[in-house]
Amino acid sequence: MNAVKQFVRNPMGVVGAGMLLVVILIALLAPWLAPYDPQVRVQVTPDDILAPPDAEHLLGRDDAGKDVLSQLIYGARVSLIVGFTASFMSMFIGTTVGLVAGFYGGRVGNWLMRLVDFLMVIPDLPLMLVIIAVTGRGLTNIILVIGLLGWTYTARLVRSQVLSVKERQFVLRARSLGASAPRIILRHIFPQVVPLVIAQAVLDISVAILAESSLAFLGLGDPTLISWGMMLNFAFERAISRQAWWFLLPPGLAIVWVSLSLILIGNTLDQIVNPRLRTHHLFDARRMVALAVGVPPLAKADGAGE
Amino acid sequence: MQRRDYLIRKIFFAFITLIVVAFFNFLLFRILPGDPVRLIIHSPRMTREAQERIRTNFGLDKPVWFDGERLHEGDVIGAFDSQFTAYVRNLLRGDLGISFAHRQDVSTLLAERAWRTVVLLLGGDLLAVVLGMTAGLIGAWRRGTRLDLAILLWGLFSWALPTFFLGIILLILARGRLPVGGMVTAGLKPEAGLTYWLDVGKHLILPTITLAVVYTGEYILIMRSSAMEVLSEDYILTAKAKGLSTFRILRDHALKNAMLPMVTMIALTLGYTVGGAIQVETVFSWPGLGRLMYEAVQKRDYPVLQGSFLLLAISVIAANLLADLLYSALDPRVKAE
Repeated sequence: MNAVKQFVRNPMGVVGAGMLLVVILIALLAPWLAPYDPQVRVQVTPDDILAPPDAEHLLGRDDAGKDVLSQLIYGARVSLIVGFTASFMSMFIGTTVGLVAGFYGGRVGNWLMRLVDFLMVIPDLPLMLVIIAVTGRGLTNIILVIGLLGWTYTARLVRSQVLSVKERQFVLRARSLGASAPRIILRHIFPQVVPLVIAQAVLDISVAILAESSLAFLGLGDPTLISWGMMLNFAFERAISRQAWWFLLPPGLAIVWVSLSLILIGNTLDQIVNPRLRTHHLFDARRMVALAVGVPPLAKADGAGE
Repeated sequence: MQRRDYLIRKIFFAFITLIVVAFFNFLLFRILPGDPVRLIIHSPRMTREAQERIRTNFGLDKPVWFDGERLHEGDVIGAFDSQFTAYVRNLLRGDLGISFAHRQDVSTLLAERAWRTVVLLLGGDLLAVVLGMTAGLIGAWRRGTRLDLAILLWGLFSWALPTFFLGIILLILARGRLPVGGMVTAGLKPEAGLTYWLDVGKHLILPTITLAVVYTGEYILIMRSSAMEVLSEDYILTAKAKGLSTFRILRDHALKNAMLPMVTMIALTLGYTVGGAIQVETVFSWPGLGRLMYEAVQKRDYPVLQGSFLLLAISVIAANLLADLLYSALDPRVKAE
């Protein structure tokens, strides 16, 4: 409960949550909100192509004469689906690997961490590009690739937390009472890891959304769905010379909106579960603004970093 | 002794990583459904001779890994005359096949393009490191002030900003004032000397700024938190007690000590940096590796995709190794590890 209170008191977190809620609602209510069905073929005259916004089409039309606003609304679905599922996958794999590597250590742990090092070195986007180009650009493939490549940071985070937790009193006590290893992991260590993992998972959602939009912008989006990245790809390829801002700007701003909301939430959660130094030797309390930076208004300015 | 062990371990790891990448490349392009090599062979756009050359080059008439029967008969060398060994042989000779779209050796194509991406990345990353470290240090020093809040928000915002979108915005804004596509104005030849290079420099401005702005966020966040830690160390208090000016404390103590983790961070984020270059090159038609990959995706030019990925992976692995070696040279504590 304390964590919830802390979150609600943080303006950044509240703003982020509000922004995310808007996107979730839009995605859920897409069929009712969208003025047109973007999947339906339309009869167009040459004047309709890249027509600027008017009363009927609030964000104008694209290069095929379709309503941009409707595409934008449906695009929220792809972003959220990819973001949440890929991040969930990463969270699951990363937590498992981190728990095993941290708790058991030894040769298995060592090998797992080498695998993490390996995946961290390989450039992500080129690898995703190559895999999707070869295996096909269906939504499932995109989610799998992003999810399977995105767990390394979580694994490191969990492992280091496990390493510090496993030497603490309550774990040693449970051990000396004869608790089995799986029981110790699940009952005593796992709960200590969860808050960190959740904060990281929220940030991972935005990473996954950005990865999907980059892939789609580079021409590797699911061709049966409308996503913001793909809209930008079309806009960039076909509308940039006509300066059709109504087609170029909205999908990009939508990506920024949703990923910024997640980053604001994730950053706030991270501050709560992973409190860091709030003061230092050159700290000047008189200049402080209480807003958002995570400094409680009454922080003592002369402490040696708490 | 320990330091040598550390270096050997790092080099060994880089070497293994390379082998795994090469192996993965073979698997991905040969075993998975779709089988691009066969696709190329059956493309009507290939001439007969080209098809023949690919067939012998890839050893398509041979088994994928090894010939079980011949191995059974004791013909070990003959049994391993396979697609895999052909791949390894070609790789060692630097033969990456022929581009489907450019009808040119992939290795020649890559060699021609690679330095352009390097120039772009170096410029963008360097600018981002300098800006990010300065802003991060100031944020940490002015902890909790409006300035810090602005710096933090900028860090978070640029993290949320897709590289390609920023590129598109800058492209729209700068149109007419700065060159927005390609590497050099059409018709200008390298023989023109200084004029040519100045023109190339002008074409570099927008892509470099885009990269720098996007990367800065990451460095700000890292620098801000590591400088914060350094500033709460006891030697900062000592320096303050000695009466050193704030500027000197920041420059001589905080910056220097917060620099080391940055070296590792710059190397570690290089893989991500490369991804940004692909996007920027696509937006500004900068004819480097990234643009090459984008076009290869559009045209299903698999040999080029495979080759560029391999080259990028090798470069990032090498750069990481270099950073590790540099780090161990800079930080005396590594010896003790």
